Amino acid sequence: MTTHAPAADDAESAVVIDHLSCFYGAFRAVKEVSLRIPARQVTAIIGPSGTGKSTFLRSLNRMHEVARGARVTGTVQIKGVDIYDPAINVTDVRQRTGMIFQQPNPLRTMSIFENVAIGLRLERRLGRTEIADRVEACLRSAALWDEVKDKLRLSALALSGGQQQRLCIARTIATQPEVLLMDEPCSALDPIATLKIEELMDELKRDYTIVIVTHNMQQASRAADQTAMFMMDDDRAGHLVEYGPTQEIFTNPRDPRTESYITGKIG
Amino acid sequence: MSTTWLSVPSGTRRRRNAISTFMLALTVLATLIAVTPLLFILGWLLIQGVRYLNLDFFLNDPAPIGEAGGGVRNGIIGTLIMSGIALLIAVPVGVLTGIFLAEYRGNPLATVVRFATDVLAGIPSIVVGIFVYTIIVLPRWFQGAAFSGFAGGVALAVIIIPILVRTTEEILRLVPGSIREAAAALGVPKWDYTLTVVVPSAFSGIATGIMLGLARAAGETAPLLLTALGNNFYNTKLDQPMAALSLQIFTYAIAPFEEGRRLAFAAAFVLIMLVLLVNIVTRYVFRVRSINL
Ligand SMILES: Nc1ncnc2c1ncn2[C@@H]1O[C@H](COP(=O)(O)OP(=O)(O)OP(=O)(O)O)[C@@H](O)[C@H]1O
Ligand SMILES: [Mg+2]
Repeated sequence: MTTHAPAADDAESAVVIDHLSCFYGAFRAVKEVSLRIPARQVTAIIGPSGTGKSTFLRSLNRMHEVARGARVTGTVQIKGVDIYDPAINVTDVRQRTGMIFQQPNPLRTMSIFENVAIGLRLERRLGRTEIADRVEACLRSAALWDEVKDKLRLSALALSGGQQQRLCIARTIATQPEVLLMDEPCSALDPIATLKIEELMDELKRDYTIVIVTHNMQQASRAADQTAMFMMDDDRAGHLVEYGPTQEIFTNPRDPRTESYITGKIG
Repeated sequence: MSTTWLSVPSGTRRRRNAISTFMLALTVLATLIAVTPLLFILGWLLIQGVRYLNLDFFLNDPAPIGEAGGGVRNGIIGTLIMSGIALLIAVPVGVLTGIFLAEYRGNPLATVVRFATDVLAGIPSIVVGIFVYTIIVLPRWFQGAAFSGFAGGVALAVIIIPILVRTTEEILRLVPGSIREAAAALGVPKWDYTLTVVVPSAFSGIATGIMLGLARAAGETAPLLLTALGNNFYNTKLDQPMAALSLQIFTYAIAPFEEGRRLAFAAAFVLIMLVLLVNIVTRYVFRVRSINL
């Protein structure tokens, strides 16, 4: 069983995960995952429900620590920095890694503009016009500018679900993160909105490294350059079964469990 | 109708409907029992109070005992001042404590604070009066004054703090966790997003809690007996004994003459209207924000 991407060497790996296990209290949800995620590519994480995909993704920006009793062993390095180093501030890690959730979650007391500007506020050097420029740039990058430029002061709730999700993406890239982590970003959206997000991911990967958890096999095969397959054994701990270029995983899977999953026989 | 897969035996249906009607009747009855005293009090106050109300009642201070006429101007002012002091003290303390309890639930200190708040809420208000009497009135702690409007305000603050803590905590718990996650994932520090994202989305609820506290403060009598004492004259100085509507209702209601009863009813009516007015105004002001909740 190979757990390393054959192609990716150190220089172009944005995230290097080494023997990572994630625990909730005594329960081990993810076991011994080692993985190199190449920079400026889309890496999909697929696998049946409950195999620790979300937990794994959330351990890449330390969001899983929100749950009580959550901890990890092993290391995660983003651009050469160990994010679990005690000297590292958790808010800095989260600021420099973007996360998109399954349910679009715009900040509902804030306007569309403020939703994008909130992350910028943390960088005190920025003046008003600079912030306005950055907000516009981010909304353009998120392919949302034309739809909202006339209603920047309206509540973010005035947008459709797909627009809200793109707003969340704009909000996330405002702080220029090293990686974008997406946890089933399209599962609450209709096919058209889903396609828009996929096109957007294709644009964004020129500048960003994207890791996306998805249950949608077509989405993985369409959008991802690399695919990682998670599975769990009888100990209910999720682990990595197979990892490699998407095309290989989908056309010529090495592991029989991967094959049954992507052809819809299990999961 | 012929028998289909949808048909339920008519006996079963009749029994279900009977139970449903019976339960509905029970809830309606319970509601009626609950609101009857309220409607009765409001109606009685309206009938008895409005009769004696006139402009003089608002503009005059109480007349000497036994004399006709006189009003409750000093009581209205006193109630407003002391409730204001109570809010000035209790809102920061109570709301911040509520925020702490809701957002730092796992903190060991939170358990202690929550328990202490519950105990405080259960203390009889006269005991709060004695407490403030002992620490402020007796040692003449406030600018050498004994009984004073300030002491009255402090006593009211102690009474409404637990109300504010509890309502704030409960309202904040209703704020969905996804909002906190959204902000946390952006790298906004917890204290920051608590104050800029979580609390604003619960503004209308917190304001309602403050209004509840204000209503409670305006209606309290016992703790004022030992702190503000009451005053027959117009006074806005915080280091002097101060009148309050609730105290005036108490004094007039037990007064052995007909004129007293008249004043008590009218004063009670004014007090309730005052609370109602504040409630409606706040609701109106916060209505715009509450749409988002
Ligand atoms: N906050 C938590 N506290 C305790 N256990 C948790 C918590 N979150 C997840 N788990 C457990 O960890 C395991 C992995 O959950 P996770 O959400 O990572 O799976 P997933 O692969 O994302 O599933 P899905 O595809 O359904 O989203 C599950 O057994 C789950 O019960
Ligand atoms: Mg998941």
